[in-house]
Amino acid sequence: MMSHNSLRMEKLCYSIGGRTILKDFDFHLERGVNRTILGVSGAGKTTILKLLLGLLEPDSGSVYIGNLCITGLPESRFREQRKRIAIVFQGGALFDSMSVGENVGYRLFEEGVLSHAEISRIVREKLSFVGVEAALNLYPAELSGGMKKRVAIARALAADPDYIFFDEPTTGLDPIGVYNICNLMQRLQAEGKTTLMVTHDLATAFATSQRFTFLHKAQMLFEGSEADMKRSTIPEVQEFLEPTDRSLFI
Amino acid sequence: MNSAAIDRILLQFFHELQSYFALAGRMVIRIFQRPFYYREFTIQFDKLGFASLFICTLTGLFSGMVMALQSLIQLKPFAATSYVGGMVAVTMIKELGPVLASLMVAGRVGSAITAELGTMVVTEQVDAMRVEGTDIIKRLAVPRLKAMLVALPLLTIVTDMISIVGGYIMSAGYDINPIMYISALPQFMVFQDLIEGVAKPAVFGAIIAITGCYVGLGTKGGAEGVGAAAKKAVVLSSVLILMADFFIAKIFVVFRG
Repeated sequence: MMSHNSLRMEKLCYSIGGRTILKDFDFHLERGVNRTILGVSGAGKTTILKLLLGLLEPDSGSVYIGNLCITGLPESRFREQRKRIAIVFQGGALFDSMSVGENVGYRLFEEGVLSHAEISRIVREKLSFVGVEAALNLYPAELSGGMKKRVAIARALAADPDYIFFDEPTTGLDPIGVYNICNLMQRLQAEGKTTLMVTHDLATAFATSQRFTFLHKAQMLFEGSEADMKRSTIPEVQEFLEPTDRSLFI
Repeated sequence: MNSAAIDRILLQFFHELQSYFALAGRMVIRIFQRPFYYREFTIQFDKLGFASLFICTLTGLFSGMVMALQSLIQLKPFAATSYVGGMVAVTMIKELGPVLASLMVAGRVGSAITAELGTMVVTEQVDAMRVEGTDIIKRLAVPRLKAMLVALPLLTIVTDMISIVGGYIMSAGYDINPIMYISALPQFMVFQDLIEGVAKPAVFGAIIAITGCYVGLGTKGGAEGVGAAAKKAVVLSSVLILMADFFIAKIFVVFRG
């Protein structure tokens, strides 16, 4: 059933360079249900985020933002709908040539609707939310990995999206950095944002999501809650949760 | 090589050609569409244009000097050294000025555009811009195209003028006074030559910007991919400049009749 408040993929196939990344993949993200896509590196997790955002064009199948099927549409036709979604890329993807403040206010400056003073106020508010307000005038090159991710979260928040995607948000961070990111995600969820995360970090996933999708060899092997996942008898899922010497993934 | 391999190469070639011209078309159309990103244009004009002034000055000076030197050696047995100014000017303004300035700028700017955009692609900054609702062709490609369309003709004019000065520096050693040197210019040139001398760098500027953006936005892989893309952009834009030079020259010859 299609819903205005959901993101969907139907029978989606995607391959690159002759390698199948996704095959007949169905996926549904409802508002209010925070979800994590799990899988080993190279399983196609980030690809799902990019397909949902219309950054990649599938070989076949459909992607919906609300009721709008964006597959095959030129970007200009779904740019407005896509503004409901924000993403925190793995490396932050902050714009090198802009200061932290300009990065966070980027979308608002581009839209040109709000006054400069109003944008500055929002930027400070979002930076304060993620705890890096002191970095306002710094450039991305001057930030640590954890700070970059927090600034990227502030940028994602600036335009008040319904959905926020997180691509490996805790990779490369120390335990304090991981705690800060988890804490931020939980605060965002408390504010009504729906999060979709791709990761192979189980602790972060279980701390921030209610539903889990396990991806393996281009297909969804499992979909369910944390308890369902831990009870699952699917060998690949068990192996992922508790790797052994005879790993299925080697 | 079997026919399937040839088919594949041809298919790839025409696919690239189609993509190149599709991007070029989109860039040209978006020149006239809002938002115009004036700030980005001035930044690019400064980075790509103004910063190339020094290499264009050097290029003009030494090519003018060598042109004059070679011409004087050829003209001296015929007692026609007084024509050297005209020869240097017509050669530089119509051909060497636009081509040499463009090739120098292609090396410096084409690689810079590609490396900058390529790095933005591989670090997902371009994807981030798209998600933020930005038309990346308007935001990233068009300001660079506009900057090159304005900057390269201006740089070429500077190159031409410096080369004429360079030509005179050499000629002075052969007892040619400034009046004699300058007065030979109108005898060799018509107004159409000046038009040709400005039209060419405008086209070459567009080639450098479009090629840099095309290759840069298509970058794949990490740092190695960016390096390979920068090299490809310089080679491709240089070859395209030389090809375009011939066709523009041919068009002007046809119109001159």
